[in-house]
Amino acid sequence: MLLSIGLSLVIEKFVLIVVVVMSSLVIAMYATFAERKVAAIMQDRRGPNRAGPFGLLQPLADGLKLFFKEEIIPSLSSKFLFILGPCLAMLTAMMTGAVIPWGDKVHFFGRDISLQIADVNIGILYVFGVVSLGVYGIMIGSWASNNKFSLMGGLRAASQIISYELAMGIALIALLMTTGTLSLKEIVQQQQEHWYSWNIVKQPLGFLIFLICAFAECNRTPFDLPEAENELIGGYHTEYSSIKLGFFLFVEYINMFLSSAVMVSLFFGGYDIPFINDASLAEKIGTNWVALIHAAVFLFKAACFLFLFMWVRWTIPRFRYDQLMNLGWKILIPLALFNMLVTGAFILLQQNNWHF
Amino acid sequence: MRNICVAQILKHMQALTNRAQQVERKPMTLMERAYLPAIFRGMAITFGHMFKKRPTINYPEVTRPFSPVFRGLHILNRDEEGRENCTACGLCAVACPAEAITMEAAERIEGEEKLYREEKYAAKYEINMLRCIFCGLCEEACPKDAIYLSETFAPANFQRKGFIYGKEDLLIPHPITEPEAHAKAKGGRVTIK
Repeated sequence: MLLSIGLSLVIEKFVLIVVVVMSSLVIAMYATFAERKVAAIMQDRRGPNRAGPFGLLQPLADGLKLFFKEEIIPSLSSKFLFILGPCLAMLTAMMTGAVIPWGDKVHFFGRDISLQIADVNIGILYVFGVVSLGVYGIMIGSWASNNKFSLMGGLRAASQIISYELAMGIALIALLMTTGTLSLKEIVQQQQEHWYSWNIVKQPLGFLIFLICAFAECNRTPFDLPEAENELIGGYHTEYSSIKLGFFLFVEYINMFLSSAVMVSLFFGGYDIPFINDASLAEKIGTNWVALIHAAVFLFKAACFLFLFMWVRWTIPRFRYDQLMNLGWKILIPLALFNMLVTGAFILLQQNNWHF
Repeated sequence: MRNICVAQILKHMQALTNRAQQVERKPMTLMERAYLPAIFRGMAITFGHMFKKRPTINYPEVTRPFSPVFRGLHILNRDEEGRENCTACGLCAVACPAEAITMEAAERIEGEEKLYREEKYAAKYEINMLRCIFCGLCEEACPKDAIYLSETFAPANFQRKGFIYGKEDLLIPHPITEPEAHAKAKGGRVTIK
């Protein structure tokens, strides 16, 4: 099996990886810009509009600024870990994109090329594993800083992710019971048929729990306790400067984009075009054009989620720590368990032809 | 305890305003404890703000109009032949409450009749814009209509000495040699580089 991998496949995957990584970086870059614009518009301001037309070059300027800033590594920090922290955060954030189906397939050079880097049959487990690893970047960085505030931020991040991953996992189990597969590609394909075959219709409560947990996993407001700037002076990135700080800030946006992508594929039909039969459209205008539309639709849905992330950030204040824990352990986990039980009972009843 | 106190105070005292309110400390209802409805209401508010009119203007490109009686940077006037009105009488400096104006007088010599209207003129005329409070008393004090306050303000500068405006900064453009600049300085907004 391994030996049969041809050179063309390697090239094809390599190109796909480069495209996915580059585009998620660019999207995250402009997400920082969008965040500032959305914040401004919601607060009746104008937002950045000086760099380039409509301020479109602002993220470039921000990035350049971070690159040219002085790099400070605290003398009492463990230097290797201090540098490893942001690198690890960046790496794990980018890794999630590997299993997300960005579109169905394109037809080039007489080959069908799937628009998914790796169709792993345990795709969603892979996502979970990588997301849990993501907190290591924060933890290592905060520990290596040798700073009380950083350490507290790191501890908060760790305990928060542990608490919310449970509820997220249980909410997802209910979804997996209805889909019967762990492969993201298959989950998306199951949702292709009608707009009401989207999983949000089958699992509304599961989606709500998943959404809240996704906010917590991305360290977004109202769950941004690890970097609480007014009590922890920036939390885990207190001691960071220059582009290492930039990495930490940037990772948040990559995480946001990729968790939006995961939510779109799990609950909102992935690249499915609503109200249109994709197969007949493909016959009419060709596979490649449909793939393009698919990717566009997928990105549009993800953009809607990105907007939701920002909208919530500029509406809701941060939770207190005990409120965060209460919400996670006393509300979300029981709710998720309840959701799982109901789903299980429903499936059993269905298999038994609605007899008790 | 506190509730009782407030209630007693309200009962026995005549409230001065109608703003005193008893604090409600009822336990939250289920709807309030569910938290999500309140969040949705908040999100509706922030979303509504997206369509509100923004009070900000793009400043250097767009400016808000000043009132016609705005008291801004000073201008030293010339008459219609382009001669300086100022006779260096010093009334403006006396009137100035901030002591921002200094001047040195000089006698007009022969051949300078086209430059200065009177026989005495201000060889040096300085206004310190950091001291000036733009009250307009110099304008009122001037018997020769030589100084008036225009509709612009002093631009930012990196150095203190940049704010001490001399004659070359204050004099209005010559009405015959530079009629357009003169008209611009005379009426409407004046931009001084």
